[in-house]
Amino acid sequence: MPENKTLLEVRNLKQYFDINMGFFRSKPLKAVDDVSFSIRKGETLGLVGESGCGKTTVGRSILHLYTPTGGQVIYDGQEIKSRESLREFRRKATMVFQDPYSSLNPRMTVSDIVAEPLDVHKLYKTKKEREDRVLELMGYVGLNSEHASRYAHEFSGGQRQRIGIARALAVNPEFIVCDEPVSALDVSIQAQVINMFDDLQDKLGLTYLFIAHDLLVVRHISDRIAVMYLGKMVELADAEEIYKHPLHPYSQSLLSAVPMPDPKTARANKRIVLTGDIPSPLNAPSGCPFRTRCRFATPACAESMPAFEEVSKDHFVACHRVKEIN
Amino acid sequence: MFNANKPFSMHLNPDAFRPATEAEKEYISQMRPSSTFFKDGCKRLMKNKVATASLIIIIVVTLSSILLPLFWPYSYDAMLGVRPGKPADSSFNNLQPFTYGKTELKRIAAGEKVFPHIFGTDSHGRDYFIRVVYGTRISLAVGFFASIIVLIIGMTIGSIAGYFGGKVDIIIMRIVDMIYSLPDMLVIILLSVVLGRTLNVEGTIFAKIGSNVISMFIVFGLLYWVSMARLIRGQILSLREQEYVLSAQATGASGSWIIKKHLLPNCISVIIISTALQIPNAIFTESFLSFLGLGVNAPMPSLGSLASDALNGITSYTYRLVIPAVVICLIVLSLNLFGDGLRDAFDPKLNA
Repeated sequence: MPENKTLLEVRNLKQYFDINMGFFRSKPLKAVDDVSFSIRKGETLGLVGESGCGKTTVGRSILHLYTPTGGQVIYDGQEIKSRESLREFRRKATMVFQDPYSSLNPRMTVSDIVAEPLDVHKLYKTKKEREDRVLELMGYVGLNSEHASRYAHEFSGGQRQRIGIARALAVNPEFIVCDEPVSALDVSIQAQVINMFDDLQDKLGLTYLFIAHDLLVVRHISDRIAVMYLGKMVELADAEEIYKHPLHPYSQSLLSAVPMPDPKTARANKRIVLTGDIPSPLNAPSGCPFRTRCRFATPACAESMPAFEEVSKDHFVACHRVKEIN
Repeated sequence: MFNANKPFSMHLNPDAFRPATEAEKEYISQMRPSSTFFKDGCKRLMKNKVATASLIIIIVVTLSSILLPLFWPYSYDAMLGVRPGKPADSSFNNLQPFTYGKTELKRIAAGEKVFPHIFGTDSHGRDYFIRVVYGTRISLAVGFFASIIVLIIGMTIGSIAGYFGGKVDIIIMRIVDMIYSLPDMLVIILLSVVLGRTLNVEGTIFAKIGSNVISMFIVFGLLYWVSMARLIRGQILSLREQEYVLSAQATGASGSWIIKKHLLPNCISVIIISTALQIPNAIFTESFLSFLGLGVNAPMPSLGSLASDALNGITSYTYRLVIPAVVICLIVLSLNLFGDGLRDAFDPKLNA
């Protein structure tokens, strides 16, 4: 259960990539632009948005896999800046990757893969200790001991994802960035893996940043949900709140697109279909990034970026007209 | 099921139908033995007859070049006609295969057994067979060590350029481009002339093979690593984007850890193949230079210098040119074929 203590705080995170335009000209691609949020200890923050909106980049920038262009990442009251703080941080924060096929080295046995973080941080004294820890981790994720000496290609997608999760758990982390951990798996396996994430959270007191584009999965696992669009965060609220009362027009259309299992509710549910494509982040529209596809856009929306404000309790929205349209 | 209490009863013993315990299940469940990429590759390699035959030839030639001189009765630099305190016996010079010099004929007549000169002798009366064996040894050693030098330098520089990218990559690759544009033969010839004067190898273990071979190694170290470096850089550039590298970075692994544990093991097939193909290349260069007189120092033979010496008597003693030439062909050809076989067996893109 989430406690009332902030574990991770992200302030004005910016991640720009220089795109080569040829002949020494380059242009910044604003993959993540001015994103701020915080995660409480023990909670799961879901991060949703369509492809290319910068969800994955947020996760990777937090772990400093890319050096952020600007902004701060504050973990447990300490800013991640120096090499020492980063090293310390990487023992507490790990990552589960999207693709279970490319995230495991094909030349390493499962036990070597799982023990790699232990090797890197030198967290054991004897071989026996390492082996015991590997078997313990494999037990957490439901793998047998005889799997330890096998290679990753001998496993199915779901099993591979379990190996990836065991690796993420190796250093006894407090915080895990789950970068679309189930989107490469089929539905029945998704359920298993999601439930495993839930169980591990209860057992080990983990905090998740859960990145996904499957809204039902996110709803199931998250305590709070953040919606991103074109590198910016447009809405952040409790999971139930955002499903019942989405305030931002983008969240509204996103949620209306969720397939409903019950045909009656599905028929009653009116889809809000967005026109046009997501603009390239290389030349993002001025002002509100969503205005080019927004039903409620006015000329004023082109002028300034709306502030990310608390509209009701714990419900943040970035929209100029949020009061008028709801 | 036999029931001891009621031998003729049709009742089955319920004990036989208890569910198995976990330990029993584990005992019964058999898993296919884990097959590694390397084992699979070796299996494929063994199926390739040409490659296997080449491998056998390489092994036989290498072993004989190492072992034969140990018990051969003649040595590569002993002039058989020259005995201390006696006038030189010219009957030992330029012997045809399986013929003998005067003193040897006398000993045969006296009933002694004399080891035959399988390939005859050269113009100085030295047993030609053992000279060919020694030449093979030198050529193989040069090929092997030159490839190792190339491998080490190329692998280190290529993986650094590929992994760190950016400015490091640009600087290293421009240096590589510059080295590529140097005419290597010219550099080898210049270096062996200069090093021959300046390198003082007298009294060291290098004295026997001579400064020319040293300079050849230096040239290999200086020039030939570039293609290996380019190859490995290319491989690492593509491997670097894999998520397992990202995952290692996320755990805080250093660059050298990632290169050692993740990147190089995944391009090991390319490394093995190109090293195997580098060996014949080096042997060829060595033979070529020795033929020009820039190779090993006399009296140490190499296959190239043997061929070069044989040119003087090409009309009367053609076999003396043919033998080293055939040995060079055999080594280079079988190494090349073996390298091709390795590529077929280990390059996953080809047998997808």
